[in-house]
Order: sequence, then C-alpha cells, then structure tokens
Amino acid sequence: MKMAWEPRLIVIACQWCTYQGADLAGSLRYSYPPTVHIVRVPCSGRVEPEFIAEALRRGADGVFIGGCHFGDCHYKEGNYKAIRRFKLFKRVATDLGIEPERIQLEWISGSEGKRFSEAMTEFDAKIRELGPNPLKGGAQ
Amino acid sequence: MSKPKLAYYLAGGCGGCDIAVVDLSEALVDVALQLDIVFWAPTVADVKYKDLEAMPDGSIDVGLFSGNVRNSEHEHIAKVLRQKCKVLIAFGICASCGGIKGLVNLHTTEQLLEKAYINTFSTDNPEKILPQTTVVVDGKYELTLPTLMDARALDQVVKVDYYIGGCPPYHEHIAKAFTALLSGQLPPPGSWITMGKAVCEVCDRNPVLKGKPKKLATEVKRTIDGAPSEDGCLLEEGYLCLGPVTQGDCGAKCPSANIPCRGCGGPIPGVKDFGLRAISAIASMLDNEELVDKIPDPVHLFYRYTLPSSFLGKRIKR
Ligand code: SF4
Ligand code: SF4
Ligand code: SF4
Repeated sequence: MKMAWEPRLIVIACQWCTYQGADLAGSLRYSYPPTVHIVRVPCSGRVEPEFIAEALRRGADGVFIGGCHFGDCHYKEGNYKAIRRFKLFKRVATDLGIEPERIQLEWISGSEGKRFSEAMTEFDAKIRELGPNPLKGGAQ
Repeated sequence: MSKPKLAYYLAGGCGGCDIAVVDLSEALVDVALQLDIVFWAPTVADVKYKDLEAMPDGSIDVGLFSGNVRNSEHEHIAKVLRQKCKVLIAFGICASCGGIKGLVNLHTTEQLLEKAYINTFSTDNPEKILPQTTVVVDGKYELTLPTLMDARALDQVVKVDYYIGGCPPYHEHIAKAFTALLSGQLPPPGSWITMGKAVCEVCDRNPVLKGKPKKLATEVKRTIDGAPSEDGCLLEEGYLCLGPVTQGDCGAKCPSANIPCRGCGGPIPGVKDFGLRAISAIASMLDNEELVDKIPDPVHLFYRYTLPSSFLGKRIKR
C-alpha cells in the first residue's frame, strides 16, 4: 500500500509579528496542523522570490508568508515591499502553471495567536484539496 | 608555438551571435590571424560533423557554442564539443540561459508544430502534414530529422567553463573576451566573462550617478506609451527597465536609444535565476502594489532571455 500523502507547508514568518503569533498560539494551546514548518525571518521584506521558488522547487506543497499589518512594520516599510514582490512573483508562478493557492501571504500580529492557528488550519485544508505539488519528485 | 585552435557551433540560435563575431571587422582579422579555426558550423567553414568527431579529444583549445540546445542534434554536438575542447564557452544568452528562443518552453511541441505548420495565416497545408523524424523516399532512402526537445541552456547538457551574455554579445565585449582568452587572463572556471557591472552602473540616465536619489515609479508604461525624457531614468518614468539586474557589457545600449533594458546581458554576478531577481528589483521600484497588476505579461518580461535556466525551466503542463 502507498503511504498516504501528507502536505508539507513552509511558513516564512516575520520575527516581530507572525512568529510571535505562532508562539502565542502555542502558549494558549491553540492547535494547528503538524504539516506546518516555520522559518523565521527578520522581516517579511526579507523574503525574496528566490525563497518561495526554492521551497516550491524542492517540493513544498504550499508556502505561506506572514508579516506585520500595514503601519506595524518594525522597519517601517518592509511589509509594503513584501506584498509588491509577493504579488508579482505569484503572477509569474501562476503563468508558469503553479496553482496560485499554493502561495499565500497574510498579516498576522504577535497578539493574533488564534488567527495564526486558524490561518494554518485553513491553509492545510486548502492544500489537501489541491493535492501534492506537481514539482514534487521533479528536478531537484 | 602553434596557434590556438578554435571551434564555433550554432545550435538553437538565430545566427546573430555569428554576425556579432564578424562585426569585430578589423579586430576579427587580427584575432583570426592568431587563431586556427578548425570548425565553424553551419555558417562559416565547410567542416563536417564527422571531421569534428574524428579530431582527438581535448585537441581544440576553445569552443564557442551559440544558441540553446533544442533538439537531439544540438545535444549530440554539445557533447562532442565538450570532449574535443579544453575550454567550452556558452556564447550569447541563448547558450548561457536559453535565450529568447527558450520561450518555446511555455508551449508543448504539439502546440508549436500546429501553430507553425497548420494554423498560421500564411500557411497552406490542407493535408495537415507535420515534420517527421524519419521518412523513406522512393521506398529505399531513409531520411531523418533531429527530435525536438524542451529548450535548454548549454550547462543543462554539458559542463560549461565560461559564459558570455548578450543577444548577441556586444562586439566590443567580444573583442575584450578574445583578448582575455588569447592572453590567458580568464576568471575562475564557471564564471561569466563580464566587466561585472550592471547596466544601471554604466547608464547615462542613472540619477544616482549624477548624485540624485532614484525615485519609485508611480505608473507602469509600455514602450509604446508616450516617449521617455531625454536623460531621465526609464524605470522612474514607468518603463520597466531591467538594467538593475542585468550585466552591462553592452554599455547600456538600449536605454541610450530610449528603450528599456530587457535583460539580454544575463544576470549580474551572484544571481542564479534572472527572472526571480528581476521580479524582486522591479517590485521594489514600484510605488504601490496596485502597479503590480498593471504589468502586462510578466513571464515574457522577466524571463524573456532566461526561461530554460529558471527555477521551473518551463510551464507546467497538465
Ligand atoms: S543570443 Fe540572440 S543573437 Fe545569439 S543566437 Fe541567440 S537569439 Fe541569436
Ligand atoms: S533602470 Fe534603466 S534607465 Fe534607469 S538607470 Fe538603470 S539602466 Fe538606466
Ligand atoms: S541594454 Fe539590456 S537588453 Fe539592451 S543590449 Fe544591453 S543588456 Fe541587452
């Protein structure tokens, strides 16, 4: 029998907000799916399209970027830069045949532990619906 | 000392790179006198594949490979040249990154054949005859054609020692590259032969070089929309110029002619995937996120010359 497929989700989280939100979710015992693998970055503005592409190329089934709400960026405008890059990358990736739902960005603050757990649960469900990343097992 | 031996091959390219070498004009004569051209197919010298195949391994000093690898014949000659040449150079952006002709990877071979041989307006092919890889003529002569494959950059097929960007490489840059080759002053193997500066760094329109800050673009324009200023940065004015991420060995030829850089020089040092870095650079230069949606056809813009060497290399087909 083939092993049942479990999604692998990469969450790139800003250390000032979404990463804290994940921490809070943990302390408050809000659960979220074990398919989530968090990578901490100094700012969502640090997330280069290369990071998302590399995760997908290496077989991540979904990539989620978490940053601070507008006006809350520790470095003032990192998140504005993040959304412009993210939207442009998503357009290109979609044109190259990647389902847009595999790539998400959301603003989740350090006090939104509940929202973090909800967002992860929704993302996991969405990716299960989509199935495995078509690049999985492809060129490494 | 005997003259260094040179081989030149045009694979999935347009011949423009060959012309760029010829464009060296007098400089070419000097260079040619110092070289022994043992193979230049299919454009210049009348040397056959079997002659090349018969040469001893490693007997050619430098091989220049132009065009991408698009069919079984290109792939075969790429492998033969790798064996015969001490130094193999991806010459021009087709060989280095797949080139403009690498955009074929957005389509299937079936789609492309149908378009070229059946659906184009000027085609008259009522029997819908498509090219075949083998055909028997008069019941006894078997003729063959190479098999089409997804376009690849040369280094996706064989190891490449050096890369030279440009579509085609700029002739003054070729002259410098030949000089470096002949004098043995080459960078470490695996590098691009480049002066290492971005197009912006050699562009007369660059406000930073005039001590002024670079402003964000507040609109997105196509080249057909209006006209750029005489000496302002095209990107500031909304023309999506890829100068920030492109090697400027051409000396910023396009911006100096009012045309935004399209990236033919190849990625600036340290960048593996040209399009991804271009996305990052252009997104950072836009004033607001609404402008992102106004960019027409981003894949063709950002991967115009580099799709085969990109993170996916092609469009996922379902
Ligand atoms: S790089 Fe440009 S000029 Fe050279 S073969 Fe390719 S398309 Fe032609
Ligand atoms: S973006 Fe283009 S026009 Fe502006 S300085 Fe760079 S190369 Fe020149
Ligand atoms: S400006 Fe850009 S597109 Fe034009 S020749 Fe130079 S590198 Fe190529």
